[in-house]
Amino acid sequence: MIPDVHQKAFIEEATELLSDLEQTLLDLEENRDDKDLIGKVFRALHTIKGSSGMFGFDEMAHFTHDIENVYDLIRNGELPVTKEIIDLTLAARDQLYIMLGHDKSNFPLDGKKTEEILNESKKIIAEYHKSVDRNKNTTINEPKHIPELKDASGSDLKSLKSYNIHFKPLQNIFLGGTNPVLLLNELRDLGETKFITHIENIPDLSEMNPELCYLYWDIVLTTDKGIDAINDVFIFLGDDSDLKINECERTDFVTNGTNLAGNEEIKQGNADSGCSGVEPASNHENVKSHLENKLDKNKSDSKKIKDNQDAHHEMDGATSLRVSTEKLDELVNLVSELVTIQARLVQIASQSDNSAIIAITEEVERITWELRDSALNIRMLPIGTTFSKFKRLVRDLSNELGKEVELTTEGAETELDKTVLEKLNDPLIHIIRNSIDHGIENPDERVKGNKTRMGTIKLSASQSGGNVLIKISDDGAGIDKEQIKAKAIASKLLPENSDASDADIFSMIFAPGFSTAKKVTSVSGRGVGMDVVKRSIESLRGSVEIESTLKKGTTISLKLPLTLAIIDGLLVKIGEETYVIPLSSVEECIELVQSDIEKVNGRHIVNIRGEIVPYIDIRERFGIIGIVPEIRQVVIADINGTRIGFMVDKVIGQHQTVLKTLGKAYKNVDGVSGATILGDGSVALILDITKLADKETYEESLTVGQLV
Amino acid sequence: MGKIILTVDDSSSIRQVVSFTLKEAGYTVLEACDGQDALHKISGSSLHMVVTDLNMPNLDGIGLIKKVRMDPVHKFIPIIMLTTESQNEKKMEGKAAGATGWIVKPFKPEQLLAVVKKVLG
Repeated sequence: MIPDVHQKAFIEEATELLSDLEQTLLDLEENRDDKDLIGKVFRALHTIKGSSGMFGFDEMAHFTHDIENVYDLIRNGELPVTKEIIDLTLAARDQLYIMLGHDKSNFPLDGKKTEEILNESKKIIAEYHKSVDRNKNTTINEPKHIPELKDASGSDLKSLKSYNIHFKPLQNIFLGGTNPVLLLNELRDLGETKFITHIENIPDLSEMNPELCYLYWDIVLTTDKGIDAINDVFIFLGDDSDLKINECERTDFVTNGTNLAGNEEIKQGNADSGCSGVEPASNHENVKSHLENKLDKNKSDSKKIKDNQDAHHEMDGATSLRVSTEKLDELVNLVSELVTIQARLVQIASQSDNSAIIAITEEVERITWELRDSALNIRMLPIGTTFSKFKRLVRDLSNELGKEVELTTEGAETELDKTVLEKLNDPLIHIIRNSIDHGIENPDERVKGNKTRMGTIKLSASQSGGNVLIKISDDGAGIDKEQIKAKAIASKLLPENSDASDADIFSMIFAPGFSTAKKVTSVSGRGVGMDVVKRSIESLRGSVEIESTLKKGTTISLKLPLTLAIIDGLLVKIGEETYVIPLSSVEECIELVQSDIEKVNGRHIVNIRGEIVPYIDIRERFGIIGIVPEIRQVVIADINGTRIGFMVDKVIGQHQTVLKTLGKAYKNVDGVSGATILGDGSVALILDITKLADKETYEESLTVGQLV
Repeated sequence: MGKIILTVDDSSSIRQVVSFTLKEAGYTVLEACDGQDALHKISGSSLHMVVTDLNMPNLDGIGLIKKVRMDPVHKFIPIIMLTTESQNEKKMEGKAAGATGWIVKPFKPEQLLAVVKKVLG
């Protein structure tokens, strides 16, 4: 009945709802009285229930029903949010996720679990009803029974019956969108009818309101469809309209006599209605005043919700469009080509005298930059989406390890490139796991050490320039420097009696296979963790740092570029070629004349305000021949905390470039991370200064070793 | 061109199925994702009918019904609400706000068509 495409759309939608639901539940656990969050949970469950039934997921619909009921009670303030309810709902969410067919490992579904969750929620509702029964003062608003729209086929074909129908709609029936003529037509379709239209309530033309219905009707209907079918015609009218349906003696419209008899009864019915007409009207008044109260409440509620949404809008991206990443990549690629072409256009236009072309070129330039910014911006996602996943991780993991850990986040709105964000997921999981397993102590141990029972892991993100800083700090046991040093010496990573700095010692943690954990747990301690973390962060052009104080806690800082697609570079010239040095690590540029070099006997060091900084002569390093200029420049960069210079012929200036990879053929070329196309169409290589420095220091240590 | 029906639901899959069913039956269908969006789409268009969900962010179904009933151009158009059986009270509220009728979720396409036909003639 329902095409597959719809089913797919439903699965996609439900998946999204379920992942939102998880987040909302975790938020709700922290703010248990937040009406907005409760409403959000209810809405999510409600939508899942409503849709799943329609798309053939009957089991889901049935399953969600009871959970939704629990939240209905909570929403009406009749039940408090408890940890049990949150646990139950999270379990239910996971179960729903499996029902959608996602988690193949858990398929087919564990029916017992479904049962358990259902029983649990039924118990909660039953307990609530019991407490209401005990407390007779609490009145329940019994919902009025409204007959549902039924299939009108359950009729008795043999017995034709006649009914008197008195139908006097409310005068404002049109305002409910109901057209009484359509109702009368429906009656006509049911069988043989005789209508009497009463026109006596129509006022004088001057007093008449054309938007009101002044007519009412008495109808005699002979049908085999039964009274339910007639009720169904008027099903949407509710109790407001004056409607009476009585079975009468079978009438035969062919003879005049019975017709009259029918008329007699109609008049009687009419008289009845005169008396009872008051009651519905007063009912209506009640409903109206009730509604007005509700309306006021709704107004303030919806305002609150709206305010809230505005505040969260940037974070949530409430209205969004799903686009495949390939399409986005293609767009970014096209835009970057455009940027390149446009730069050439500027160069050519600047050589012409045509002011009109120059004006247009400037306009094109402005739009191109705007286009580039927005195209890159599309790929940016708030890091909060990743953060929120960890709440569940921390919750489950700390339960498993018998620890009490709270995760706090900061700067969830910080935006990062989608690719960076995706690749960040695993390293972060690793770090958090480590923190919970090794960092945070058992509650009892913590109390002994004068700490709160509950440990805290803080995830924070902030943007600085073209980088995003992500810090994962815990207030756990910290890292034992001596232990690491001993282990490093034992595994020959450090020479004996080494006087390595704290930073050097901590960086040992990143060495492959390094683990000080006394035993391997299911969570961590296998020593394959941190080196993988470091490698994946470095593959994102980022860096990792560790700070730790014994018994106080550990902070791991990740520094990542905002985006991988473009970099801010410093254009430099060496010989005939132009190169790009990533600006994010550049600290300053200094000039060096030949005589300065001679002063230090040709050694590659410069004295910057009293500090000796080594530098790498790129001309020498790359074997570039040609005339060496008298005055050269050294770009001083900060590489993992060490200042290293790179000597070039000339610094041209800042240049924002689109990063292009060199292709497989050049993947083993050291010291170059990619290339970019300059305004004049020429290619500039992007220097991988970290690699260059690494290689240089490595070679240096070799020569030092040889000398010794 | 067939009569124009606006379907309002924050669930895109429900919207899709309503829209699909009605289009098959020859109606022209517009879609809105919540009450606010619906009001926006209603103003300045000539609609014949609205099919709306009740639980929605921004402006819920009841709010939407009330607003439409105050719109001089559209105040008489039929509005059908999509409800679930647990929402009897909501149904009353919606009815009092000016809804023409309701459909209980989950519904079959033919039920939807029957109701649309009933109120649209």
